[in-house]
Amino acid sequence: MPTDVERWKSEVYGNEIREHLLEFAEQGWDTIPEDERDAWFERFKWWGLYHQRNGQESYFMMRIGTPNGVLTPGQTEVVAEVADEYARGPAENPIFGNGYVDWTTRQSIQLHWIKLEDIPEIFEKLESVGLSTQQACGDSWRNIVGCPVAGKDKHEHVDALPVAMELNETFKGNDDHSNLPRKWKVSITGCREGCGQGDINDLALEPATKEIDGEETKGFNIRIGGGLSRNEPRLARDIDVFVTPEQAAEVSGAISALFRENGDRDNRYNARIKFLMDEWGAEKFRNVLQEEFVDFELETAGEDLRSEYSYNSGYANGGHADHVGIHEQADGNYYVGLNVLVGRMGVDETKELARVADEYGSGEVRVTQRQNVIITDVPEEKLDALQDEELLDHYSPDPHPFMRGSIACTGTEFCSLSIVETKNRQVRYARWLKENVELPAGVEDFHIHLSGCTASCAQPQIADISLRGMKTRKDGEPVEALDIGLGGGLGENPNFAEWVTQRVPVDEVPGAIKNLLANFEARREGDETFREFVARTDEEDLAELVEPEETSYEDPMMHNTKRTWYPYAEDDSMDASPAPTHADGTPITSDD
Amino acid sequence: MSVSLRVLDDGAWVSVNDAREVSVSELWRLDDPSFCGCELPDFVVENVLDVGADGRTVSAKVYGQCIACGHAGVPGWVPVGRLREGEFVDIDRERVVLPVRRGDDDE
Ligand code: HEM
Ligand code: SF4
Ligand SMILES: [Zn+2]
Repeated sequence: MPTDVERWKSEVYGNEIREHLLEFAEQGWDTIPEDERDAWFERFKWWGLYHQRNGQESYFMMRIGTPNGVLTPGQTEVVAEVADEYARGPAENPIFGNGYVDWTTRQSIQLHWIKLEDIPEIFEKLESVGLSTQQACGDSWRNIVGCPVAGKDKHEHVDALPVAMELNETFKGNDDHSNLPRKWKVSITGCREGCGQGDINDLALEPATKEIDGEETKGFNIRIGGGLSRNEPRLARDIDVFVTPEQAAEVSGAISALFRENGDRDNRYNARIKFLMDEWGAEKFRNVLQEEFVDFELETAGEDLRSEYSYNSGYANGGHADHVGIHEQADGNYYVGLNVLVGRMGVDETKELARVADEYGSGEVRVTQRQNVIITDVPEEKLDALQDEELLDHYSPDPHPFMRGSIACTGTEFCSLSIVETKNRQVRYARWLKENVELPAGVEDFHIHLSGCTASCAQPQIADISLRGMKTRKDGEPVEALDIGLGGGLGENPNFAEWVTQRVPVDEVPGAIKNLLANFEARREGDETFREFVARTDEEDLAELVEPEETSYEDPMMHNTKRTWYPYAEDDSMDASPAPTHADGTPITSDD
Repeated sequence: MSVSLRVLDDGAWVSVNDAREVSVSELWRLDDPSFCGCELPDFVVENVLDVGADGRTVSAKVYGQCIACGHAGVPGWVPVGRLREGEFVDIDRERVVLPVRRGDDDE
């Protein structure tokens, strides 16, 4: 039997949701008929609006899709203005204040505390500079990710940016592809470093070369069915297909159509294409694609560049593990990657980012899958002055490894699936680690990713240290806890972290990391990386090296932060929640 | 009176009549030694899989784990609330011991 969600989708979905959304916005959140709320909130996702968690009713998270992470000149400023005006909540975050922008792991933007009533104005502002929230959530083509320095990178194999933009143009708002069985995450890369992270996407186009009619042709190999969520992580599988840049959109559309026709609409837990791939295998997948969805003969895969991949790899092969730092572009200008701790930037800093990008570069800003931002097109002679800008004191191109390596998802602050607090906690962890823990000599890249649940939005399984929200009891009291995984990474031979230690109380995690690093240093052979060390050590031994321990680190959020209406509110109890509220923030009462 | 029961946001919560009633991350004491061997599994809810009503009792099927021993899986149907005149009435799930029904509709 199709699910309720499928039934709602079959009634109203895709572009047509917009007119309803705007109408509800005009009339107010509380005019959504009570027995239609579930249906409308599910549909609003397609237009980038995701209802915040329990206790925060009537407030939405809003995602803005920035294809390939590119914000063209002028767009960053508008994002900052929209956040400033509309993304302020009824309570303040103790680290980030009120009004901030989240740069996400899929190279897009997430804002919080958005009121439905403000949507018409927000859409107008965003759309005036070519930004959109369309399909940012929901069951369709999500923001397309790729190498964030595509077209700028000195060593890239092909410039995939025009193809990413073509895919975006073709599949955003495309009625044939707007109602898929589940989310559809696409990555396209032309660089040598693997920073599109194709392996963890539903559809990946990766750089390759193929001899066609005696000619070396540059293009992409295709992989299908990657993803990290729900204790069912999968690496995308090679389906032995090569496409030229010209064929990329057509074949991607064919694959999306295959998913549309064959994905499981009866069970949302089994709907992602990774499960279809489990069932079919790569060979059948290719055959069905060729026979039923493509009109020309598909080429077999070309020669790939995977052996050079370095991004998020945990290997020191000379390539980049991220985009932080100052790097020369192909045109002789520079790009400057700034570290944004856990991806969150206040509105004033975001305005500054826009100004600085404009003053020193072309005004363009790009977002990476490590929640960082890049200022592009900076002429060499402006680099010194740029580095003197105050913004770069806080968002450094040369950060401490613990700052640089931190990623965290949304967590109990706003997310209904979460089990623990995440972003603020990871900030506290990174600061404590920086003050109290020495990294072994020469270790410059050390990634710690914290996700509040198994959905894995912070991509924990591909970090050196993976942290995932859990609970435990400490002195009889329930407390927030983390499972600890080790040694994940992408690169030529990607693998997911081994979850070696479960349910460590959150205040003992920094001590666990400290002890683990000391144990690594003591046992390290030569200059091997942490991932290499984990790979040659067996699981039981690894578990012993973790050694959770209380330290000078204190965690103010040990209690069940999900049972608060907002963990940082003065009175955080559910009963104290102002939500749901009218557009102006006053509570909606039953006698309204 | 018809009551709508559904699981939304990828198993994050149970909706009863379009209101959020039961959420992941709750800790339940289950009267089900067969789940993991612990006498009263100390169970954290990670994902809601299904919800249904049997008479006036609303029950859910959830994925989670016992935080005492680490065993993870899906116990049987667990009562999460009651219907009174079509309205959902919470039980204090974090403080009572919840019976678990391994019924015929169990996989
Ligand atoms: C209300 C709950 C959720 C919140 C607040 C949330 C938040 C986020 C954010 C901010 C990102 C980066 C987003 C982007 O740019 O598109 C993200 C990515 C991601 N989300 Fe979520 N998410 C939620 C629910 C889910 C669910 C239910 C799943 C899985 C079933 C999921 C799986 C992922 C994964 C796997 C990624 C990143 C990795 C990748 O795309 O390869 N999220 N999420
Ligand atoms: S990983 Fe879980 S807690 Fe974190 S944002 Fe995703 S769904 Fe929410
Ligand atoms: Zn147990």
